[in-house]
Parts: sequence; C-alpha cells; structure tokens
Amino acid sequence: MKKNKMIERAIHGVFLILGLLTVGCVLLITIYLVISGIPAITEIGLFDFLFGTEWASTAAEPSYGILPFILTSVYGTAGAIIIGVPIGFFTAVYLSKLANSKVKAFMEGAVSLLAGIPSVVYGLVGMLVLVPAVREIFDIPDGASLFSAIIVLAIMILPSIIKVSMTALEAVPKEYEDASLALGATPVETYFRVSVPAAKSGIAAAVVLGVGRAIGEAMAVMMVSGNVPNIPSLFQSVRFLTTAVASEMSYSSGLQQQALFSIALVLFLFIMLINATLNFFLKKEKD
Amino acid sequence: MLSKKRKAYIGGMKAAMYISTGLTATLVIFLVAYVFIKGIPHISWELLSTKPSYISGKIGILPDILNTLYIVIATLIFVIPLGVGAAIYLTEYAKNKRLVGMIEYAAETLSGIPSIIYGLVGMLFFCQFLSFKTSLLSGSLTLVIMNLPTVMRTTQESLKTVPKSYRDGAFGLGAGKWRVIRTVVLPSCVDGVITGCILSIGRILGESAALLFTAGFAHALNGIFEGLTSPGASLTVALYVYAKEQGEFGVAFAIAAILMILTLLINLSATLVSRYFAKKREL
Amino acid sequence: MSDIMTAKDLNLWYDQTQALKNVNITIPEKSITAFIGPSGYGKSTFLKTLNRMNDLIPTVKIKGEVCYNGQNIYDSSVDVNELRREIGMVFQKPNPFPMSIYDNIAYGPRTHGIKSKVKLDEIVEQSLRDAAIWDEVKDRLKKNALGMSGGQQQRLCIARALAVKPKILLMDEPTSALDPISTSRIEELAIELKKSYTIVIVTHNMQQAVRISDNTAFFLLGELIEYGETEKLFSQPVDKRTEDYITGRFG
Repeated sequence: MKKNKMIERAIHGVFLILGLLTVGCVLLITIYLVISGIPAITEIGLFDFLFGTEWASTAAEPSYGILPFILTSVYGTAGAIIIGVPIGFFTAVYLSKLANSKVKAFMEGAVSLLAGIPSVVYGLVGMLVLVPAVREIFDIPDGASLFSAIIVLAIMILPSIIKVSMTALEAVPKEYEDASLALGATPVETYFRVSVPAAKSGIAAAVVLGVGRAIGEAMAVMMVSGNVPNIPSLFQSVRFLTTAVASEMSYSSGLQQQALFSIALVLFLFIMLINATLNFFLKKEKD
Repeated sequence: MLSKKRKAYIGGMKAAMYISTGLTATLVIFLVAYVFIKGIPHISWELLSTKPSYISGKIGILPDILNTLYIVIATLIFVIPLGVGAAIYLTEYAKNKRLVGMIEYAAETLSGIPSIIYGLVGMLFFCQFLSFKTSLLSGSLTLVIMNLPTVMRTTQESLKTVPKSYRDGAFGLGAGKWRVIRTVVLPSCVDGVITGCILSIGRILGESAALLFTAGFAHALNGIFEGLTSPGASLTVALYVYAKEQGEFGVAFAIAAILMILTLLINLSATLVSRYFAKKREL
Repeated sequence: MSDIMTAKDLNLWYDQTQALKNVNITIPEKSITAFIGPSGYGKSTFLKTLNRMNDLIPTVKIKGEVCYNGQNIYDSSVDVNELRREIGMVFQKPNPFPMSIYDNIAYGPRTHGIKSKVKLDEIVEQSLRDAAIWDEVKDRLKKNALGMSGGQQQRLCIARALAVKPKILLMDEPTSALDPISTSRIEELAIELKKSYTIVIVTHNMQQAVRISDNTAFFLLGELIEYGETEKLFSQPVDKRTEDYITGRFG
C-alpha cells in the first residue's frame, strides 16, 4: 500500500521533469546566448557594436559594426511582408469563403507543400532562376541582392500567412455573415467588411508569424543575397543577421567568433519580442 | 441595383483574390515542375548507391541519404518519449494553471526560435560542453529540442479527445493514476503521436541551418552507430554544399527533386493518417 | 441487517459553493438504497463521496466523515485504489473502454494483480453471468465493446464492476440513457444482485425507486430531507417537501 503510493509519486516526479523540459530548453538557449554573446559586446562597446556601419572581421584592423545586418534584416522582413501579406491574405479569404471544395482541397495541399519544401531548395531555385532574372530585368551587375532575398522570403512566409489567416476566417460565426447578407450586402462585401474585421486578431497573428519566419530564415537568403556586409540598398548584395552568423561561424575564432554569438543574441532578442507580440494576438483571438 | 461604387469595390476585391490565389498556385506548380525537370534526369542508380570519389571525380549521395536516415531515427527515438511525457504531464497531472501556462509559453517560444540559433546553441552545448564533437548525434539532439514542441502539441491535442468517462471507469475500478494512463489514456492517443512523428520527420528532412555546425559536412559511408558518432552531411546540407560551394547544380537538383518527392509523400501520409483516425473516431 | 456505510455530518464545497450540507445517513448491507431528488441537488455528488471519486476534481473540499465497516474512508491511511475496488461504481452513461469485451472485464482483476489466464477466464465468465449478459456475448468476447448496444454496454459495465468482487455497488442513474426494455433488465439485475451485494442507486425516476429499492433518501438543495423505508416514504412522507416532490408538485 505504502509502496504503491511511493511509486505513483515517483512517476509523477518523472512526468513533472518531462513537463518542465521545454522550460529548461528555453532557459538553456537563453543562458548560452547571453553568456557567450555578452563578452564581445563589452569589448567592442554596445554602441559601436549595434550602430557601427562597418563589418570587417578579418581585416588587419578588424571592426565589428552590425548596423548593416540589422538594417538588412529589418528591410528584408518588411519587404517580404509588404509583398507576401497581401497575396497571402487575399488567397486566404478566397479559399476560406469563396472557393469550391475541389479548388480548396488542391490549394490546401499546395500550401502545405510550400510549407514543407526545405529552405535550401528555395535557395537553389532562387539562385538559378531568380538571381539571373533580376540581373537581366534590372540590368545590374549581380542579381544576388536584397531584392532577390525579399522575393524568396515573401514566398516562404506565404504558407504561414495563408494557413493562420484561414483558420481565423473559418472560425468567424456564420451568424455574423448571415446578418450582413440579410441586410442586403453581397457575399464579397460581407467577407471583407464583416468576416475580415471579426478575424483581425488571427490575421494579425499570421502577419507576426510571417515576420518571425522571415527574420529567422538563414539558408535560403544566404544563397540569393550575395552575402556582402553592405549598408542595404535594394539592388546591392547584402548580409542578414542570420547569414552573418552562418557564413563566418565555421572558420572564426577569438573575438570574431564571440561577435558572431553577439549577433545571434541580437537576433534572439528580436525573436523574443516577436514571440511576445504573437502571443498577445493569439490570446486576443481566443477571447 | 448595385451602385457603381459598390460594383467597383466588389470587382476589385474579386480580382485581388483571383490574382493572389492564381499566383500562389502558379508558384507551387512552377517550383515542383522546375525542380523535377531539372533534377530527375540526374537521379541515377549510381548517384543513389555510391559515395563521392575524388579519384573518379564522380558524386554519389548514398552517405547523405544514410546520414539523413540516421538523424531521423535518432531524433525520433529521443523526441517521442520526451514529447509524449511532457504532454501527459500537462493533460493528466498538472493542476497549477500558471505552471501549465509557463510550459505552453516555453513551447511556443521554442517553435519560434530560428534554426540558425538552434545550430549555434547545439554547437556550444552538445558539441563543445558535452563533448559529443561535430557529429550526427549532436545534430540529432539539437533537432530533438526543435521538434519537442511539435510532438508535445499533437499528443496533447489527441489526449484531450480521450473521453473523461474512460478515466472515470478505470479509477472507479480502483486503478491507480499511472495504470489509468498506461492502459486507457495512452492507447487512445496513438494518432497524435503518429501525426507528431510525421510532422517531425518533415521538419528534420528540411532542416539545414541547425545541422551545419552540429552535424558537419562529411560524406563518409558509415553504419548507424559509427555514423552517429562521426560528422556527416544530411541531404539538405549536401545540397547546399554542392550548389553553393562546388557548383554541382545537377547533383543539387537531383537532391532537391528527392527532397520534393519526400515532402509530397509526407504531406500525403499526414492527410491519410488524419483521415483514417477521424473515420475511426466516428465509429 | 447490519449497516455497512455511515456518513456523519458530511459537508462538501465546489470552490465556494456548498453542495452538501450536514448529511447523516446509514446504509444497510445487502439491500438497495435509492437516492431521489431533483437534478443538480446533491444526490450524485453524495454518491461520489462514498468511493472518493470526488478526489479527481481539484476544487472539491470535504468536511465530515464517511465510515465504511467502521473505518473513515477519508482517513489519510486509507488506500483510495483499494477502497474503490471494494466500493465499485456504475456511471450514468455506459463507459466501456475501447477494448474487447474480455479485456474490459479483465481490466479490474488485472489492475489488482491477477495474471493467470485460467483465473481471468473464470472471473470474466462469472461476472458476465452475474450481470446476465453472458449468453449474449459469449461468442464474441474478443470483439470491441464499443460495438454493443447501449443497454448491453451498461450491463457490461456492471459486469466489469463485479469482476473486482466489490462489497458495494454505487450506481449513478444507470438507466437514464437507456430504452425501457434495457431499463427493466437492469432493474431485474439489481434486485438479483442485492442477494450478494449492497447497492446504492441514484435515480431521477421515482417509479424505479419504488420498484427496486428497500430504502429511499430524498435530497434537496444539498440536504438530506427525509430517509426511510421506501414504502413508507412514498405512502406517508413526514416532510412537506418530500410530499410535494413525490406528488409531482416540483422538480
């Protein structure tokens, strides 16, 4: 009898540990990034690090300013959102409200496929189709540029935006729509003036999720953005926060490597901010 | 009669919807077709069954296929018990709402962290701190953390569908909590675990940034135990290296086509599995 | 007849709401005791305190005593699982596990450590016979229990409860989800079972209480209003509220 209770308690303990595993992982990641990211920042100086415009990690007199990377990530994400969100939004409204079941089933499969394609495949196709096309069309010396990266990111965030928006739109109670239709509004007017506002928190969550995806993507943009630490402009080669880490990590050491950890820490802070925003919108949608 | 203004609004919105949906569809069809057209001609038995040789200058991707397989197996072996256990804790044991909220928020956070950061922390923790070196094992353990929230969530969803009356019936017969979970709750959540596995396999197959610094680039032909302790490139990493660093676009597209086929298969099986279990549940 | 269970000054709260107020009752052995009263007024809640099923609801708070064979079941030394083996329960909605008929019946004995196939076979057959369902299912013991009709499922659940050889069987409105024919079979079964078991049954159906029970308790607003021999309670109720209820003036 006592023994049974002990066993039950031990099992409870094991499950408690498993339950806390996710929390442990988040702590592990945070602690590692902070511990390994702080030294370089203190050595370089927070201001020089964040707002320095020159990154020359392998020069005889190295400088470690990551403003170019921050700006590239921000511009790149903003560009991807500007292009990807409208396309994803209108597709989601069409699929959740107007499309017949065959079109819907086909497109849902297509969107899942889009979500499942590995990022290196996007990078590969981008490298061989998009980059030469951008070079031809805009008549620039190298098509590997911020613009190409924005297009690839816009495509890569489409599935998140479509799926999450669709879920929100489909959850809108039919009574709202019926009421609007009964007042003489056409279906299309009803969807955009009643359903979309009713689903706005969910759609906002979709956009924030897209921001997170775009800012965190590394491999695909590495293959199409040229990877040069310029202050970003649309048709120039650029380097993102993610690609800055990825491209130098394998051969770096000393302060250079520590600076890469600091970049990762900055990226992580961006992501935590985005997560908090996402959570805010998701909670709002639940209420 | 609708006013001109209303007609224009409706027309405009309709056009925007058709154009967007058409664009998305075209994009997917183009991607699939392009990758297949460029890649399938390069897939040969020789490519699939050999390792790269500097002497003959030929490229084979058998090691990369095996590495990917090993990573998938190792990751699942760890992530399934951990994820299922976490889900059981949340649905069956946890009573403190704040603790549940904290665990769920942590899971949300984990699924939002970019893979490059996982790669970095995996390198610091598994390769260096635990001195597993750059190896498939380090890579797999990194992927375990990445996929933990997925398995946890799908299991949680299916645990929620187990009727309370099953639990009551078992408790009413004098079964202890662990026995109730083992005999009544767990057998009913197989669908969630399988869905979680399929989603995880999809993510593992597509992952590259997290493996770059944890599992490495080698193309050696190994058995599973040898393989786990030595560095090796997965298919995605091999694609990257062949395309970006060696300019071997034929091989890169062949791998891309293989990955595309696998992605299609995984999506298909996910749909079939959920349909199968939905039908079974109706009975 | 000796008393097998006694509740003394039993109070129960869900969060802040008091659901049971000072309930005092003694339940005699090898008889059928019925709890009647309008729905939502404490009879099911009280039934569940008798084998501590309320423990599973975290917000429930209990004060007072429930004695089984002289031992307070809320005492910290009591093993809840052993208690629930001796005091079995049949639920409002039939709730067979999604397993075979055989495995459903064998679940309890296996839980309590019986592994021998011969012994299990014997218990399964005996329990199904006791629940008067053996002839209907003996050829399909390996079939999934969810394929049975509602009435069969409920008798299966009774058999499942009997398989652990309880002393008391608590039945929480066991026929409310069933058709009249299945209901009368369960009632016959209950009368048959009281030869060897003590049965406590919650019912919203007064005819049922009259038909099968020896004693009846009337609950209202969490209080035990009146308790006595069934025949007497229905023919000459003492309390005005009992009279109003059994003559159909409310509830």
